[in-house]
Amino acid sequence: MLPAVEGGPLADEGLVQLLTPAGERVENPEYDRYVAHLSDDDLRAMYRDMVLTRRFDTEATALQRQGELALFAQALGQEAAQIGSGHALKPQDHVFPSYREHGVAHVRGVELAQVLRLFRGVDHGGWDPVAHGFHLYTLVIGSHTLHATGYAMGVQRDGLVGTGDDERDTAVVAYFGDGATSQGDVSEALVFAAVNDAPVVLFCQNNQWAISEPTTRQAAAPIAARAPGFGIPAVRVDGNDVLASYAVTAQALERARSGGGPTFVEAFTYRMGAHTTSDDPSRYRTSEQEEHWRRRDPIDRLRTYLESRGALPAEFVDALQAEADAFGERLRTQVRAMGHPSSASMFEHVYATPHAGVEADRAWFEKYESSFLDAREGSHR
Amino acid sequence: MTTTIFDAMAAQRNHATVGRHPAAAAAPAAASPAPDATASARAASSDVPPSPTGTQRLTFAKAITLGLRRALADDPKVLLMGEDIGRLGGVFRVTDGLQAEFGEDRVVDTPLAESGIVGTAIGLAMRGYRPVVEIQFDGFIFPAYDQITTQLAKMHYRSKGALQLPVVIRVPYGGGIGAVEHHSESPEVLFAHTAGLRVVTPSSPAEAYALIQQAITSPDPVLFFEPKGRYWEKGDVDLDAAAPAPHGSTATGMDSARVVRTGTDVTLVAYGPTVATAVKAAEAAAAEGTSIEVVDLRTLSPLDTATVAESVRRTGRCVVVHEAPVTYGSGAEVAARITEDCFFHLEAPVLRVGGFATPYPVAKIEHDYLPGLDRVLDAVDRALAF
Ligand SMILES: Cc1ncc(C[n+]2csc(CCOP(=O)(O)OP(=O)(O)O)c2C)c(N)n1
Repeated sequence: MLPAVEGGPLADEGLVQLLTPAGERVENPEYDRYVAHLSDDDLRAMYRDMVLTRRFDTEATALQRQGELALFAQALGQEAAQIGSGHALKPQDHVFPSYREHGVAHVRGVELAQVLRLFRGVDHGGWDPVAHGFHLYTLVIGSHTLHATGYAMGVQRDGLVGTGDDERDTAVVAYFGDGATSQGDVSEALVFAAVNDAPVVLFCQNNQWAISEPTTRQAAAPIAARAPGFGIPAVRVDGNDVLASYAVTAQALERARSGGGPTFVEAFTYRMGAHTTSDDPSRYRTSEQEEHWRRRDPIDRLRTYLESRGALPAEFVDALQAEADAFGERLRTQVRAMGHPSSASMFEHVYATPHAGVEADRAWFEKYESSFLDAREGSHR
Repeated sequence: MTTTIFDAMAAQRNHATVGRHPAAAAAPAAASPAPDATASARAASSDVPPSPTGTQRLTFAKAITLGLRRALADDPKVLLMGEDIGRLGGVFRVTDGLQAEFGEDRVVDTPLAESGIVGTAIGLAMRGYRPVVEIQFDGFIFPAYDQITTQLAKMHYRSKGALQLPVVIRVPYGGGIGAVEHHSESPEVLFAHTAGLRVVTPSSPAEAYALIQQAITSPDPVLFFEPKGRYWEKGDVDLDAAAPAPHGSTATGMDSARVVRTGTDVTLVAYGPTVATAVKAAEAAAAEGTSIEVVDLRTLSPLDTATVAESVRRTGRCVVVHEAPVTYGSGAEVAARITEDCFFHLEAPVLRVGGFATPYPVAKIEHDYLPGLDRVLDAVDRALAF
């Protein structure tokens, strides 16, 4: 039983778990087969990604405090849900994130410094969504669950589902929070996904909070409980268990790719940091609750497990530490070097083809700007 | 599938649901859905301490808080609804402390669902309540756009006046705070373009304190746009002066524009966040010998053309300033009306200064998008050059 967790009395029941919080492997007849092939190297790769994602959070938070970023939203505490599910993806799969999926971005090969372009205020995106199969962050809650579903309907029409070819069959994943499930768009995504058998995985990271509101302000039953009513199978997974997150997502992706339709995954986890750097969680939650979740830290859990198997040699740990330090330093340099977008850049890409209204405004603006240069020579304003 | 857990949860919940709502035991306060019932129900609750009085120097945000507080204290039918407005006090802390004082039934943390928030506010209003809804940021009003424009705006019309919907929708709007996308938009005209809605926006703490109360007492739905870039600015607020207007009366001025500063050469028309910019421009121009009159529209629907026209007839020149894109913007409306009303008094065409025909740009260049002092003075120069 979770003390002071406001997810209801059954909040953490029925969760798929392959690693206990103490880092012990537990058997699970249904899901063991999805992780059976994972080597120690694979697990160390997941460990590495979790450590680097956390380092990213620490650095970005510090950069925000130094005034280098306008805002930042940490993924702190959600590394297992993100790295586990991310590792289950195939290159041809597509991800539709919300705004905190840094771990998944990293797994998809997005250079994390690019993510910070958005938070620094120099870019609305920062990476090529097509190249990475990782779409732009979505700030309007829940909107992208429909995009993911529509994209999956396109994949389906393109005949890339159920061909039996592992390199071709494709799935789509949407990541969103527990708060997002209150949005009409998310319910509409469930409807479209269900009636179309869309190859989409609706991956809810229930981190217990939507800014200051606990999950109980959004739902009176477990979040995953609603999907079956739409005709979509649901599974609840311990989101702080990277192995279980991997297994559950792998199963859902397999269902999607093979033509079995959508799956709703509720990864039960916890947002260990603030909502964003503008938020003050001490106003709405107890340090007792935070402490409870600190003891269930996803990175510690995998580390303990790997250590117990003698699969985390000191050289690996040291090398990872050095890599994380170098990564942190690179991030700082890259962010500071992002510079200032040109003012005229606001007129670019508004439309795919020229638009007279934008062109007129651009022309006016450029003339106006140059009048200042002229004026500096004279003595006008 | 973990159906058994869900079933267990449902059973437990059904059990807990009985008498879940604390107010369920009491008889409904408004048995009659007739809006007039709210007037008779109006009474200061005995357990609410009296509202602060006198003149205080307050931030814009705090002035709204006190306006809301007074409305909550004066009328038991007023309730606040929105995301994070309770324990957190809202992301801008405008509702800070109100839930602690008035309880979770009067200051309601809602699910993260804007359509749901406005839609349920409509139902509550039909039942005689006066919901004041907070939309967390301008860019997140769109999930509620359907409810606002197809339902809230039209119910009085469709029901031939049988139903009134005294709903206030508070929207922090506008830019200049270095935010990420969807957090700096100016969608006010979309609502001013929709018949059935009143659209107001205060420009100072004193205005905010008065206007929020007038909006709440209005029998019509009101979109209350709060210039978020001004939340931290301070001003003197006379906490006694702005007692809410009686129901059905807008005599205290919700529909009127206001001359903020008098002048003789050019009329600058602004509202919300750009009023302060216009006043600064007027001060700068005064140093150069140009006398500028500043009119704060305060309300976009209805538009108080008379006050603007009166000013323009004296100055002969008019420049409209707003943050929203100029194209099809409120400046176009003012310009057209002034041209119709004051054609023979105009020495120059009515000019507009505002946002460009682009989405709101990234924070690092937003100061080039927003109409600042220079762009306003440039337009003043152009008007004077005719
Ligand atoms: C439509 C909409 N309404 C409000 C917001 C403001 N907002 C940003 S994040 C957030 C809470 C989201 O909670 P959840 O979906 O649980 O995701 P989490 O942040 O916990 O990952 C809110 C209310 C928004 N971005 N979009």
